[in-house]
Amino acid sequence: MKWHVLRPLWVAIGLIGAILVARVFLVPDDFGVHGRNFTYGYHRLGNIQEWKDFPVKYQGREACIECHDENVEALNSSTHTAVECENCHGPAIGHPDDVELLAIDTTRDLCLRCHAFLEYPNSDRAELISIVDRRHRRRKECIACHDPHDPTESTR
Amino acid sequence: MPEETIVHGVEWTVKELFVYPNEFIYWSIQIVMYPYMTGLVAGAFVLSSLYHVFGQKQLKEIAQFSLVFSLALLPVAALPLLLHLQQPTRAMGPLLTPHFTSAIAAFGIVFTAYALIVLSEIWFVYRKYFVEQVYALKDQPGLATAMRRTVYRILTIGAYDIDADAIRVDKKAATVLAAIGIPVACFLHGYAGFIFGSVKANALWMSPLMPVIFIMSAVVSGIALCMLTYIVIREWQAFRSRRKGGVIEASQIKGAETHVIDIATRYLIGFLVAAISLELLDLIFRGYTAMKSWDILRSVMYGKDFMNIFVLQYTLGNLVPFVLLLLPGRTLKRTVLALLLVLFGVFMMRWNVVIGGQAFSLSFSGYMHYEIPIIPHSVETFKEGLFGALTVITVPFVLFWIINKFVPSLQREVTGD
Amino acid sequence: MSCSRRDFLKEAVGGTLASVLPLSAFTFLSTAEAKAAIAESTLRWAFLVDTTKCVGCGLCVKACKNENEIPYDAPVTRTWVERYVVTKDGTTHIDSPMGGRDGYTSMEIDGEEIDPDDIDKAFFVPKLCNQCDNPACVQVCPVGATYQTNDGVVLVDRDWCIGCGYCIMACPYGVRFFHPVHKVADKCNFCYHRISKGMEPACVECCSFGARRLANIKDPDDPVTKIITTERVAVLKDEYGTKPHVFYLGLDANVR
Repeated sequence: MKWHVLRPLWVAIGLIGAILVARVFLVPDDFGVHGRNFTYGYHRLGNIQEWKDFPVKYQGREACIECHDENVEALNSSTHTAVECENCHGPAIGHPDDVELLAIDTTRDLCLRCHAFLEYPNSDRAELISIVDRRHRRRKECIACHDPHDPTESTR
Repeated sequence: MPEETIVHGVEWTVKELFVYPNEFIYWSIQIVMYPYMTGLVAGAFVLSSLYHVFGQKQLKEIAQFSLVFSLALLPVAALPLLLHLQQPTRAMGPLLTPHFTSAIAAFGIVFTAYALIVLSEIWFVYRKYFVEQVYALKDQPGLATAMRRTVYRILTIGAYDIDADAIRVDKKAATVLAAIGIPVACFLHGYAGFIFGSVKANALWMSPLMPVIFIMSAVVSGIALCMLTYIVIREWQAFRSRRKGGVIEASQIKGAETHVIDIATRYLIGFLVAAISLELLDLIFRGYTAMKSWDILRSVMYGKDFMNIFVLQYTLGNLVPFVLLLLPGRTLKRTVLALLLVLFGVFMMRWNVVIGGQAFSLSFSGYMHYEIPIIPHSVETFKEGLFGALTVITVPFVLFWIINKFVPSLQREVTGD
Repeated sequence: MSCSRRDFLKEAVGGTLASVLPLSAFTFLSTAEAKAAIAESTLRWAFLVDTTKCVGCGLCVKACKNENEIPYDAPVTRTWVERYVVTKDGTTHIDSPMGGRDGYTSMEIDGEEIDPDDIDKAFFVPKLCNQCDNPACVQVCPVGATYQTNDGVVLVDRDWCIGCGYCIMACPYGVRFFHPVHKVADKCNFCYHRISKGMEPACVECCSFGARRLANIKDPDDPVTKIITTERVAVLKDEYGTKPHVFYLGLDANVR
């Protein structure tokens, strides 16, 4: 038998070995089956914590009430009670450290998201108090007349 | 448009009617090129194996050439994937942490195994030549020659034994490798079909026939490309030797061998018939069972993509070359035309699978059109555009030219008998 | 010396092989084992969408994009709201411009003004990742960059994703996309960073109409779980066998 025939095999084994050694250095230690099974749970364990540490932007009404209790109370007793503060005021991350960060959306477009009249039968949308955009004081911002914290009250 | 709003796919996708917001043609021209090039690799190898394993002596000449050409095509099967990846630096990922429930995870492993088989087989076929070169170039002057000799020394991997016994063992090893190589080549390409066939979300792709269809059309395209390249190179050599006279050895003056072409054509037609039958079976089955997706599939196949599927692929790419090859009195020119059409037909088949599969929305209520970027204005539009595809097509020929500098796959009678 | 070197090599290679081929990576849990593992956990996130309550304001989409740092003007989004208008001639008009990010403020669909008298029914359907029990997207990931956590949420590892797009192709719901900045696959994860701190997902918190709600379906006392278990809920595209965990109230047959 001529043993030279095995030479390509040694090269191949060397290559496979190189890949296996590279794996040791390149694959994170916490990579493996962590969930239900190999099909759905093969991953880097540390990534779960990385996602948990993703910064929260919207802080919720509980955060606002700490300083702005008057506004929150007014809102709570109005028909807009279901509207989150941050829907109009923007996500409160970084506030109040940087007050500039919170840009209040006072545009007509924001109000129209709910209050533009869409004549849809069987849809709650048609039940909302609404306007036909082009027929209702087109050039004015809504808040010029309506108080968003208590929309039944006129600011005029 | 600011950089951060340019979503992958938005530059070449045109939506019509209702398409989910996140849907774009994510798999574009490079994913068309990928199975096309993989198919050429697999096909070229199968052609070479017809000689090495099944003893088709008439194919000897084209077989040696095919083997080396399949090596030149090999890196190019991976190139489209590399160009397509959004994170090309992580391309080794599937080898590092292969998730074997994914069809793509097998790619790295099957591809590496296949590459090793091809390389080893070539080594066994040409080892005698390498050793001879090392001795022939010994004591010859010049740095270039010395470097050339070094390359050959490396290529021998230290095995200088070329007595009759050793050569017989080499031959046997090459045959064994070719035999192992056939199923691996089919697997390499069959699973490219599996990548598409197993996507249950895609109504056009999901079919158990997909891997088989891919293998058949792969062999068709591989044989066609090898024949075509063989004819062109042979005729070019003949032409050049006629013009200059006596520069090239007498044995090379004659052009492409008719009997080689004849027998290769026979195999080509056989595989072509198998490929078309399977594709038509798939189509008929979809129409007959008329599942939920059939409405939108029909509107794509018989409407929007009619030209691509029935005119370009089936008629121009399959039927016409089929007739051209079968009609009596076949000339070399007609063969070349038929081969070009076959290659085009297989390309259109890949196109119609990959792009056609994304021509309709997952909502079954809308369509997407692929507008291939012609003039690149960014890396992305180059990679996933016409010029990216042309790069992929060019590379194997450049590689073949380089490999041929060291491995004389086009010379006659290099390995004896 | 040579002997000890050989031993060293032997051990090094053996050790390498042992450490790089964790057998656990290749074992598949039996069904019984898998069930036991799941039963132990007391948390499995699910979602309830009440399509009858959605008015199409799109504030959930806006909040989602802000919360999850998806470029605001990019045409991709982790959640979106579709509008369906079924007219008397039997046609279903569907649209979702920019995923409904700016809300629906006009009767026009795809450049077509629809006469209210022709409308049989019209409604809005919020969509998001279904956090399937058998996620097709996870099954096809070649590198293990996307996976299901023990509480049922499917996450994407941005440091490991190679960006092949196979998961995007495999999802029957079209919820996945390439993040335009990170260049990796991205999708809704129920605001995993929020729900793991006891907060609501951003879209849920921002919804003024109670159309979106989060549930722990392992907790029988969870009010949303009670709705899912006692009322008639539906899921999207059941036929793919993915076992989606976003449940819908009032789902119409026209919804795609």
